[in-house]
Amino acid sequence: MRAPTARPAQDPGPAEGPPPRPAPSPGARPAPGPRAAARLRLAARLRLAALLGPPLLWLTLAYLGSLAVLLVSAFWTTDSFTSDVVRTWTTDNLHELLTTPVYRTIALRTVSIAIAVTLIDAVLALPMAFFMARVAGRRWRRPLLVAVLTPLWAGYLVKAYAWRVMLGHDGVLNRTLAPLGLHGPGYGTTAVVVVLAYLWLPYMILPVYAALERIPERTLEASADLGAGPWRTLRSIVLPAARPALLAGSVFTFSLSLGDYLTVQIVGGKTQLIGNVIASQVTLDLPMAAALSAVPVVLIVCYLAAVRRAGALDSL
Amino acid sequence: MRKTSAGRSAAAACALLLAVTACGSDDGDRAAKAPEKLGKGEGKVNIIAWAGYAEDGSNDPDADWVHPFEKKTGCRVDTKVAGTSDEMVSLMKTGQYDTVSASGDATLRLIASGDAAPVNTELVPHYKDIFPGLKMRPFNSKDGRMYGIPHGRGANLLMYRTDKVSAAPDSWRAVFEDADAHSGHVTAYDSPIYIADAALYLMKTKPSLGIKDPYALDRGQLDAAVALLKKQHRAIGEYWSDYQKEITAFRSGDSVIGTTWQVIANLAQADKAPVKAVMPKEGATGWSDTWMVSTKAAHPNCAYKWLDWIVSPKVNAQVAEYFGEAPANAKACAETADPRHCAVYHADDESYYRRVHFWTTPIKQCLDGRENTTCTDYAQWTRAWTEIKG
Repeated sequence: MRAPTARPAQDPGPAEGPPPRPAPSPGARPAPGPRAAARLRLAARLRLAALLGPPLLWLTLAYLGSLAVLLVSAFWTTDSFTSDVVRTWTTDNLHELLTTPVYRTIALRTVSIAIAVTLIDAVLALPMAFFMARVAGRRWRRPLLVAVLTPLWAGYLVKAYAWRVMLGHDGVLNRTLAPLGLHGPGYGTTAVVVVLAYLWLPYMILPVYAALERIPERTLEASADLGAGPWRTLRSIVLPAARPALLAGSVFTFSLSLGDYLTVQIVGGKTQLIGNVIASQVTLDLPMAAALSAVPVVLIVCYLAAVRRAGALDSL
Repeated sequence: MRKTSAGRSAAAACALLLAVTACGSDDGDRAAKAPEKLGKGEGKVNIIAWAGYAEDGSNDPDADWVHPFEKKTGCRVDTKVAGTSDEMVSLMKTGQYDTVSASGDATLRLIASGDAAPVNTELVPHYKDIFPGLKMRPFNSKDGRMYGIPHGRGANLLMYRTDKVSAAPDSWRAVFEDADAHSGHVTAYDSPIYIADAALYLMKTKPSLGIKDPYALDRGQLDAAVALLKKQHRAIGEYWSDYQKEITAFRSGDSVIGTTWQVIANLAQADKAPVKAVMPKEGATGWSDTWMVSTKAAHPNCAYKWLDWIVSPKVNAQVAEYFGEAPANAKACAETADPRHCAVYHADDESYYRRVHFWTTPIKQCLDGRENTTCTDYAQWTRAWTEIKG
């Protein structure tokens, strides 16, 4: 205890940071003695506690706590007529969740859509990020980055409704395709995949861009000097460098798609995802909704575990 | 020391949990009583309403019947707009609201859970002018007592695009057996209660199933309705529960035939969409709203004043015209801005409404009086609805 408290007394000033103010007005006050230093140190700790306390409290109580309450309520049941929650312990909800075929269908559909969105975003983001990071001149990087980020500033609903108008029966897409004898996908699963891929694309581009920007120019030059063609360089240099970033981006696109229920309401036609079923049950049968919510939670935990094994979380 | 405090806080947490649980099951006294007479207003009333039912001029300066109420009674109105019947039920459970404009698929649940109190109709002078066809109905009364004041009613009609549907349909067959003719452009109301529409159609077309009431279905009858709806699902473009979404879908041609409300048909026509709404020959399901008072109402006097205000002829006419429904007060028909309003909405046409089966919450005890079987309840309907949508 004594050694660390003594140190600031011997060396007051810059090491201690802001607390010892004497630096601007030297000699105005005597250097703090060991006891004062201990007090300062305590004050610093209190400040740290005050700084970290509220967020930690928030994280444990509000965030993890609500998640725990949710999972516990999955084991309750409701009065079928009045929708009152009955606090008796039962595994009926989980049993129903696992044995009813329709929930399996919906879960599979949701996961497939999330995977499709993630793949599309990865395929789109890689060339775009490569262009931004390596091909475009330095002057163009910033405007391009802003251009990628701009859609994030517009409201989610505004963008989804814009797509609803575009994909509609007499929308822009159908009118453009009509002379070619084609027509758009209309509202449905395809529309959901397209709109979600559009919505979450920036979340994939940004980490990939950051990763590709970090590849040393020398490596690419060395690859070319050693006779590798563009494909070989892409396979052996660019993709391995971008892989953790692609996985990190996929965490966003996958989990955001998994939990979405608004886009599907707007452009999904009659498509039903886990989010919709939860939303339709939440006022009526809270325990069943809680049991259903466990599905995306479990899926995302599994996905995160898989991605962590691949080492992608290090670059988040 | 540390252990003790942890133990203490655990004990405190348990005690809190017990207290909460105890509160939850402390509803023993469910035989709530209606007030004998009214006192002075409490200066405030908290309302749960459908959008458009408690307008204060903020959406449309001409639609304001909240401020005149506040001026007249001194009761400040706080409105919470609910989007679905289920949301209304869960909001009423909080006990923070005095009155709610509940539809028939919420009313019985609110009565059974003890959240809605019987209403002393003597204290609502305008109740005497309500159309007799709305009084003492199974969805707003119990044991011969009214549990609210009727507000207005409408039917779920069949709407179609006159340019896309060549032969004018006169049967729900157009959205069931013949739905494939417009595959991908059929629409239906997105709620478990829509199962009753299929049941109504089966009631008229498949007498062998023995359906007497579309809200009283035993297991076999529900399965038949579900099978019909699953077949319809293949032709569905999208389901609707947001009426604005339905208007745009019909205007753009994404939907060309399906269920609707009169108000949607009117607004779509005002938007120049070539649509028409008809009551098919099988009749229709419908909705009838009732203003109910909470058993835990903190402002019962102001709530009763609101009940009387909202069904007074002038205001009832305003609400009915703004929302697009038939008023409940017979005298309201003389007060509407459009003198044809009551005729358009068949307000005084009891024979029209005899063909309308108002939304009622399905319960285990069959509503059609069958004693030898149990019927499917709303929870089963909800599960079936999820299954239909796949």
